[in-house]
Amino acid sequence: MDAMTLTDHEQKMLDGHHGEGVAMAMRIVTSLARVRGAPRLIEIGSAHIDGCLFHGQAGLDFAVRLRELGARASVPTTLNVGSIDLLHPGLVRDRTPAEREVAIGGRALMDAYLALGARATWTCAPYQMDARPALGEHVAWAESNAIAFCNSVLGARTDRYGDFLDICAAITGRAPYAGLHTDEGRLGEVLVDCTAIPERVLAGDLAAPLLGYLVGSRVGTRNPVLLGLPLSTSEDQLKAFGAAVASSGGVAMFHVVGVTPEAPTLESAFGSREPAETIAVTSEDLVTARRELSTATETRLDVVSLGTPHASLDEIATLARLLEDGPPVADGVDVYLSTGRSVLAEAERRGHVRVLEESGIHIVVDTCTYVTSILRPSARTVMTNSGKWAHYAPGNLGVDVVIASLEECVQSARAARVLVDDDLLR
Amino acid sequence: MTTSCAKPPGCMPLSGRTLHPGSARGGVLRLDEPLSFWGGTDQDGRIIDRHHPQRGESIAGAVLVMRSGRGSSSSSYVLTEQLRCGSGPAAIILAEPDAIVTLGAIVADELYATAVPVVMVPLADLTSLSTGDKVHVEAGPRGARIAAVV
Repeated sequence: MDAMTLTDHEQKMLDGHHGEGVAMAMRIVTSLARVRGAPRLIEIGSAHIDGCLFHGQAGLDFAVRLRELGARASVPTTLNVGSIDLLHPGLVRDRTPAEREVAIGGRALMDAYLALGARATWTCAPYQMDARPALGEHVAWAESNAIAFCNSVLGARTDRYGDFLDICAAITGRAPYAGLHTDEGRLGEVLVDCTAIPERVLAGDLAAPLLGYLVGSRVGTRNPVLLGLPLSTSEDQLKAFGAAVASSGGVAMFHVVGVTPEAPTLESAFGSREPAETIAVTSEDLVTARRELSTATETRLDVVSLGTPHASLDEIATLARLLEDGPPVADGVDVYLSTGRSVLAEAERRGHVRVLEESGIHIVVDTCTYVTSILRPSARTVMTNSGKWAHYAPGNLGVDVVIASLEECVQSARAARVLVDDDLLR
Repeated sequence: MTTSCAKPPGCMPLSGRTLHPGSARGGVLRLDEPLSFWGGTDQDGRIIDRHHPQRGESIAGAVLVMRSGRGSSSSSYVLTEQLRCGSGPAAIILAEPDAIVTLGAIVADELYATAVPVVMVPLADLTSLSTGDKVHVEAGPRGARIAAVV
C-alpha cells in the first residue's frame, strides 16, 4: 500500500531533524500524498495560502501550533484574503457577537500566518503581483480562482490545494506529485465549442463569467478546452472565466485554444486523446445562464459589488473612465470595489483612486464583500460583474443578485435600478 | 488495500482502505448526495444545504456514509472545527479518496487527538450500509474493517 518514496532530506524532515513544526507539516503532506496515491513528493517554488480566512478556532489553533513548534515558510509565500480589511478599519462590521468573533479571530488568524513567514499580500489574485511562477514551475496554490489561473493562464503547476495543506507545503517546500502536477493530469477532457457565439459578444466583459458558470456546471472537475475564443482574449477575461468555472464546477485547469500556453492547437490541448464529450455553446445559452445566475426579481438596486476576484489595474482604469464620463452614482446605492494592496498602490499613483473616491466608490482591500460582513444588512438587490460573487453571495449573505457587464453596473448605479440588455449577448 | 472479502460486494463485515486511521462505533447516516461541509453544514453538524436531500439531518456522532465530499477546499477547516466542538461525525466512509475530507480528519487528529477513521470502500458496498445500522469501524495502517454491532 505504501509505495511512496521520500528523499533522505524529506525523510529527515519527517523524522524531526528540522524541528517539530517541520515534522508536523511533513506528516500532513505525506498523509495527503498517500491518500492521493502519489509515488513521491515534488519541490515547489512558491505557495499561496487560503487558510487565513476565519471559519472558527480550529484554523487558529493549527497556525499557532505550527508557529509554536518553530515552523516557517521555506518558499516565497503569499496570503489570500482574510476576514477583515486591515487598511480600512470599521469597514467590516463587528456589532453582533458572531461578527465580533470573526473580527477578533480573523485578525488573530491573519497575524498567525504572518508569523509563519508569509507576506501580507491579502489577495485572491496573487497572479497580479510582481513575481509570477514560470511556465512549467511546480507551486502549491490554494483558492480556486488562483489555482485555475495559475494552471491555465500561467502554465505553472498546482493541484487543488486548500486550507492546512497550503501552509504545510510552504513549510516543507514539498507537495504530493499527483493530479495537475503530472503531464497526464493537465490534458483536456471536454471540448467546449464557442464558435457559434459572435466575436463581438466574446470581446465584451459579460461573456466570460457566464461562459464560466455554464461550463463549470456541465464539466464538474474535468479539464475543459475552449475553442473559438478571440486571440485577443485578455487576462481579465480569463480571470473572470476561471473564477466562475471553479465556482459552479470544480475546474482547476482549462485550455483556450490559441490563447493559453499549453494549448497552441486543439491537438496539443488533448494530447493523443479524444474529447470525452463535446459541448456547443450559443448566445442563447449565455442569455439563459444570466437568468439562472440572477436571482433578483426587484429592479430597485441597493448595492453594486465589483472586483471578485480582486480587480486588476486595467479593470480599475476602465471603471475610472466610465465614472468620469457621466453623472454620479445615485444616493442610496453603495458601490464596492475589492482589490489587492499592490494593485491599489499602483492605481493611486496613476490617479484612478482619486476618481473612484470622488465618485463615492468604497474601496475594499485584504478581504472580499462576499466572505465577511460589509454590505449593509438591509441590502436586498446587488449587481455584480462576477460569476463567482453571483454564485456564492445569495447563500453567504442572503441577498439577491443580478450579473451584468461593468458598464451595466455603472449605469444601474446611477439610475438606482437594474438596467440590463440581453442584446449584449446576441 | 485489503480485498479479503471473497463473497459478493456488500457482505458484512466490509473491507476497505484506510484514508485516516482510527476506531469508532455509531449509527450510520447514509447520504444520497455528496456533502460540502463548508456552506452545507452548520457548527452543530446539521445539514443546511438547501439542495441536499438529507437537509436537516445531523452528522454529529454518526458514521457518515457518502460517495465523496463536494465543493470548497474550506470544507477541511469546517470539518476540523466540528470535530473540535464535538459536532463532527464519529467515522466517515467514502467511495472516493477525497483529500479535502480526509485532511479535515488528519488535522483534527494532530490538534485534538480525535482519531476519527476515514475509510474508502468500493462504491457497490456503500449501499449495504443503511441509515440507522449500528456499526463498528476499525481503520489501521494495513486496512479497514466495518462490522455490524450485534
